[in-house]
Amino acid sequence: MPEIKVTPLGAGQDVGRSCILVSIGGKNIMLDCGMHMGYNDDRRFPDFSYITQNGRLTEFLDCVIISHFHLDHCGALPFMSEMVGYDGPIYMTHPTKAICPILLEDFRKITVDKKGETNFFTSQMIKDCMKKVVPLNLHQTVQVDDELEIKAYYAGHVLGAAMVHIKVGSESVVYTGDYNMTPDRHLGAAWIDKCRPDLLISESTYATTIRDSKRCRERDFLKKVHESIERGGKVLIPVFALGRAQELCILLETFWERMNLKAPIYFSTGLTEKANHYYKLFITWTNQKIRKTFVQRNMFEFKHIKAFDRSYADNPGPMVVFATPGMLHAGQSLQIFKKWAGNEKNMVIMPGYCVQGTIGHKILNGQRKLEMEGRSTLDVKLQVEYMSFSAHADAKGIMQLIRMAEPRNMLLVHGEAVKMEFLKGKIEQEFSIDCHMPANGETVAVTTNPSVPVDISLNLLKREMALGGPLPDPKKPRTMHGTLIMKENSLKLVSSEQALKELGLNEHQLRFTCRVQLQDPHSDSDTLHRIYTHLKSVLKGYTIQHLPDGTVMVESIVIKVSSCAEDANTKVLLLSWSYQDEDLGSFLSTLLKKGLPSGLC
Amino acid sequence: MAAHLKKRVYEEFSRVVQITHEEAPAKKLRLSKPSKSAALHIDLCKATNSTDALQYLLHFARKPVEVESVEGVVRILLEHYYKVMNSVWVATVLCCAHTQDASKLSCTDVTHVDADVLSQETDNSVRLKIASLLGLLSKTQGFSPDCIVDDAINTLNNEKSHQVLAQLLDTLLVIGTQLPESPTVRLRLIQMACKHLSDTYFGVRNKCLKLLGCLGTVDAPLTKDNEGADVRDVQTIISDYFGDQDPRVRTAALKAMVGHRHHLMYVCLQACRLLTDDYEQVRSAAVQMVWVLSQLYPESIVPIPSSNEEIRLVDDAFGKISHMVSDGSWMVRVQAAKTLGSMLQVSPHFLEQTLDKKLMSDLRRKRTAHERAKELFTSGEFSSGRKWADDAPKEKLDRNTVYLIASGACGAFVHGLEDEMFEVRIAAVDALSKLARSSPSFAEKCLDFLVDMFNDEIEEVRLQSIHVLREISTHITLREDQLDTVLAVLEDSSRDIREALHELICYTNVSTKECVQLALLELLKNLNKYPTDRNSVWKCLKFLGSRHPTLVLPLVPELLSTHPYFDTPEPDMDDPAYIAVLVLVFNAAKSCPTMPALFSDHTFRHYAYLRDSLSHLVPPLRLPGNGLDLVDSRCSSGSVESAQLFLQQSLNRVSTIQNLEAPGAQELLNFTIRDLQRLGELQMELAGAADFCATYLRCQLLLMKALQEKLWNMAVPLCLKQNVTATAAAQQILEETYKLEFLYGGLESRQVATIHHVRLQAKALQLVLTARTRQGLDPLISSCEKFLQDIESFQRLFLAELPHLQDSFVDTLLELMPRLSSCKPVEMVKILQTTLRQSGLLQLRLPEQIHRATATIIEPTGESDNPLRFTTGLVVALDIDATLEHVQDPQNTVKVQVLYPDGQSHVIHPKPGDFRKPAPDRHRLITQVYLSHTAWTEPSQIEVRLLLAYSSSSTTSLSAPKLGWSDSVDGLQSPEAAVEGTIPFSKPVKVYIMPKPARR
Repeated sequence: MPEIKVTPLGAGQDVGRSCILVSIGGKNIMLDCGMHMGYNDDRRFPDFSYITQNGRLTEFLDCVIISHFHLDHCGALPFMSEMVGYDGPIYMTHPTKAICPILLEDFRKITVDKKGETNFFTSQMIKDCMKKVVPLNLHQTVQVDDELEIKAYYAGHVLGAAMVHIKVGSESVVYTGDYNMTPDRHLGAAWIDKCRPDLLISESTYATTIRDSKRCRERDFLKKVHESIERGGKVLIPVFALGRAQELCILLETFWERMNLKAPIYFSTGLTEKANHYYKLFITWTNQKIRKTFVQRNMFEFKHIKAFDRSYADNPGPMVVFATPGMLHAGQSLQIFKKWAGNEKNMVIMPGYCVQGTIGHKILNGQRKLEMEGRSTLDVKLQVEYMSFSAHADAKGIMQLIRMAEPRNMLLVHGEAVKMEFLKGKIEQEFSIDCHMPANGETVAVTTNPSVPVDISLNLLKREMALGGPLPDPKKPRTMHGTLIMKENSLKLVSSEQALKELGLNEHQLRFTCRVQLQDPHSDSDTLHRIYTHLKSVLKGYTIQHLPDGTVMVESIVIKVSSCAEDANTKVLLLSWSYQDEDLGSFLSTLLKKGLPSGLC
Repeated sequence: MAAHLKKRVYEEFSRVVQITHEEAPAKKLRLSKPSKSAALHIDLCKATNSTDALQYLLHFARKPVEVESVEGVVRILLEHYYKVMNSVWVATVLCCAHTQDASKLSCTDVTHVDADVLSQETDNSVRLKIASLLGLLSKTQGFSPDCIVDDAINTLNNEKSHQVLAQLLDTLLVIGTQLPESPTVRLRLIQMACKHLSDTYFGVRNKCLKLLGCLGTVDAPLTKDNEGADVRDVQTIISDYFGDQDPRVRTAALKAMVGHRHHLMYVCLQACRLLTDDYEQVRSAAVQMVWVLSQLYPESIVPIPSSNEEIRLVDDAFGKISHMVSDGSWMVRVQAAKTLGSMLQVSPHFLEQTLDKKLMSDLRRKRTAHERAKELFTSGEFSSGRKWADDAPKEKLDRNTVYLIASGACGAFVHGLEDEMFEVRIAAVDALSKLARSSPSFAEKCLDFLVDMFNDEIEEVRLQSIHVLREISTHITLREDQLDTVLAVLEDSSRDIREALHELICYTNVSTKECVQLALLELLKNLNKYPTDRNSVWKCLKFLGSRHPTLVLPLVPELLSTHPYFDTPEPDMDDPAYIAVLVLVFNAAKSCPTMPALFSDHTFRHYAYLRDSLSHLVPPLRLPGNGLDLVDSRCSSGSVESAQLFLQQSLNRVSTIQNLEAPGAQELLNFTIRDLQRLGELQMELAGAADFCATYLRCQLLLMKALQEKLWNMAVPLCLKQNVTATAAAQQILEETYKLEFLYGGLESRQVATIHHVRLQAKALQLVLTARTRQGLDPLISSCEKFLQDIESFQRLFLAELPHLQDSFVDTLLELMPRLSSCKPVEMVKILQTTLRQSGLLQLRLPEQIHRATATIIEPTGESDNPLRFTTGLVVALDIDATLEHVQDPQNTVKVQVLYPDGQSHVIHPKPGDFRKPAPDRHRLITQVYLSHTAWTEPSQIEVRLLLAYSSSSTTSLSAPKLGWSDSVDGLQSPEAAVEGTIPFSKPVKVYIMPKPARR
């Protein structure tokens, strides 16, 4: 039985550093090539030595597919392609291709220029790497080579995020990347058709969460911001440059528009300018509302949101500021936080996950006194709010995707082991399909049951159709006669005559003959005549001939009568039929073995 | 060679056909009007090839056919159809045997043509078109298609092309539906359909199934024993095709089954299986199917697979359809969401699950919605994402209690309301409203979700959810936090949203006095931010006050800022916010007699002022104390019944006018008109009727005055000057009659006849006057003719009303009609003059409901002293906001007129989208008109008013019988040329503008 083998190099029972190897139908594919934000040593990149100890990866991989531009999905790409060595095609969607290098460059700058690391990939390497990228369009089937084809589906999550359907022959795998089944303010929901893959590899970040209605949270968020603004307070929203930031911008922008609010909204510049530019460009990847209204006005051309300048933080009056980074661990967001923390009118809204050890994490856990560097302490008087706007599918969303795609096997990645365990149980219970959750470096083999396509000649099919019966019923198999020819890697079902002709063989006649002894006191010719009349009365609808040369022909079956040498009353019937008439022939022989009825004349 | 041969064949053949047709169908052709069918016939005969024929047919299809000639046309079409089949055959035969003479072939008896010989590809399109035309023709009103059933079935048997077959089956379906009374035909058709079900082309199978679906079980009074078996057969046959390989056929089978509403329990399982079909159309049809089943057998008990429980079918179906709300295709999602809304029999606990993502855990207990947010993440196994770190894995769960998907209805609406496509969201909101209206407990539950929808990104959805909330608000009482979120929307910049919300607040019940205060505060904030909402906010507070008098009572001192010991300054009476507060308080005081004791002196004064200036907002109050009896005289002015009685009496009194002398009669009319006008002002309910009567009587008065002038006794040459008043009166009567006819809604044809009668009198008066003033006969002759036409059309339009018009002007005229039409103009004028003077007043009978169309321009107010400045040659947009009452079809009739000081006037037709319909019989026009003018030296006022456009042809076309499938309109063209005009029906508003000269 053919197998699909999956080995996660990253993201196996783990979040971060997504990198999954898949072997399907003799092809090796790498899905995502991410890095781990939590480490600064070798552990941050996937262990490529698993593929080969030394030398380049090109000959071991047929292609690399990147699902979206988050660094935990594409951060190790230049390292792999340029430093380890890979020259094959890398597939990603157009927006990913556009935004990915910006993020990589930013990441490189921080690691090399700020932290002073050496032995890291260079700007040139990023450029070289991007040259190997082949862009994908949604729902476009791309032939990687003769047998391997891939197709991208919309995944929500971030701009340009895609799920990929990988197909070799009749075996197929779907890799979801990160996806979101509930639409948000700027992106739509993930969608896939009923492609029934052999294996569905799904992320499971929120395996144990069923999220509340999104509107509720949005309303809470807006209400909090609004109230704070009305009080004259300042609102700080620490975000990462891409993804959620744009969603919140749209949310606030439309709210400001609707409510006619005048307080300024600022966005700390940097990456965002560039990123917003791409959001404007790839309008087709956004949600229904933005797509439909962009003719009048592109929603990403913000009216109320302006670029932030450091000096604005001291301005009097209410304002809303989006600042990077999202966990308040460094940079502008931290500076602003320090300035505003002392005033209870102000507010900070944490829109996402915060890693342990960051200030964001501390204040979310209710710490009101922070120790800063230089032994100073900071009293946190402002309000702290947590608003999860994560764009991952929750448990219900994952189940919904499974229902959409109807896979034969499941594999969970990109999540914590305990949570995965829970979801695995659910999936096995609800869908009664196998579900796997390999750890990093662990290989899972999924046996497939590929269907073998056979060409059938049209003539043969038509002939079978003509033989009658109702239209073909997909539920009831029907038998038909034909010859299966295996030739040059293809299977063909043709009629036997054609097969003979094609193979240049002569037809051999196969005849069965059998003797039947019969007690009959009449002469040979009389017996023959009696047999003739008997058969004529039994086999209606068949042509039965009494030939002058002393034989009876039933269709093509010949019956001859001769007397037994010893006993004149014992007649020996000689039946002879060809293989094609087997059914009729055997019927006749059993019929005649029973003897002739006495009442015959 | 072959081409040449073929051409020859065609030539010869077409000649042959002409000859044969001249004998046989000639009679039929004579039956019909020669124009249509004959032309078609000739066209078709002329057609030398299929393209030409097709062109003719297409051309023909664009023109309608009279009922009588349908059959002829059908014959011709069929013959051409056979011809097409035949001609090819002939061609084939000829090609085989060169010498055969084509003329010997008879093509009349084509049914015997052996279809096997035909090779018909070239003419498929023609036959297709003919088949479709047959169907179209069979639909003609009054044509019974049973005569062509045989032909159609015949052709069906001989047809080889799949497309044509499908079209023919479609035609048969039309024929079948046209003949619902004929079981034999239906039986034959069903047999045909069954026969062709095994066709290899999906279209044919589709049409067969459709035919079976439509005709298979029309439960006509058929003999049961015979037909019952057949019916079951049909259903088995259809259900066989649920498994067809083509999704289109599966869809057709499901749809056919939906038509069949008998004995289909056993189909249920199959339909449920098709809910997971690969094709969206099949799933969509399956949803429909399941819905039909659930409506038919809501109470049947079905087992739940894999458990031994049983539930009601409707619940099961509800669960299944809820499931489809998270389908992959948005079309199916819309369909599912819509369908859910119509399943009202579903059990309440199933219904409530649709609002819950987590099923079992939450069903155990009922929580107040206030605790819900908290409980959502403390009680459940899943984190809600609202609180930091609440998704840390907790204790091991009992896996049997948590279902993620097989839980059916669970969370369907939560999904639907969050859907990506706004179509689905709207469908879900609609469904919610339907279900909530039938179940108060569900209404309570879905409140939070609807309120959440106020925040949707698409305005349409927001608006819809506000409307829905208003509809179900009778069931619910808003709590403070809910009210808070609702009121937050008051700051929305969209006027529609705000007004919808005001409307909503008018209908909501709140529970505490804090709520009332909160609402008031928010409304005042709204008023402050958007001063244009003034009226709407006041109205809103009026309802809020009258709904919650007891809640307002404790707030009164605070609201009016009174103090037990100190006098507080008197608030500014012009402050809209203060007026708003007063409106609230006064309306609450209406049903709370203790409240006025809390008022201070100036409040009473303000009451008196507001009662006069804003009488529609401030109710009459019974105020005690200091001798100041503020009980309004108006509220004691009797009931509607007595007013009605008075109206009737006045009318009766007027009818005695015949017996009075001229001055007395005029005086009586004058008094009655005055009475009626006053009555209209007093009794709002009768305003329309009173106005209507008054206007009618005024017409009569005018007519009377005109007829009693001295000029009639004067010689013709002398009266040139004097008859100016009479002419003016005639003109005015005409205008008034148009007002009567078009400004008032709810008229019956009796009244319309009366109005037309007055108009006719006015026209007669005009005619007489022209005859007296003008010299020369030619204009007189034409106007006489026109008048005669008017009489004729009157007679035609109001034939049914003529008996009521005994002894009237028209009645006399109609008697004299033969004389009038033959006599000379001068004589006719004389007759008219005498009849006019002899004719009396026609008694007016009041219709039940009569409304006057009115319009009020709310904006611009006309109070502004600041001129609107703009540069000459450019335009300035003027916002117009008006309320229209009782206007039918305002999109077409209401226009805006702008009158400049120089007499120039513009009429602007607002866009249909500018009209909104907040309530039945009420429209709101919010539009912009563009003004422009040449430079003025100083600002001046323009007038803006609304016009009601009318066209007299609109009534004629209404009363005239509908024109059928015929193009001979020219015969029916109304002789009375349509009179078009406009009636101003709003008070003009003055706007101060100032076009400045452009600076160079």
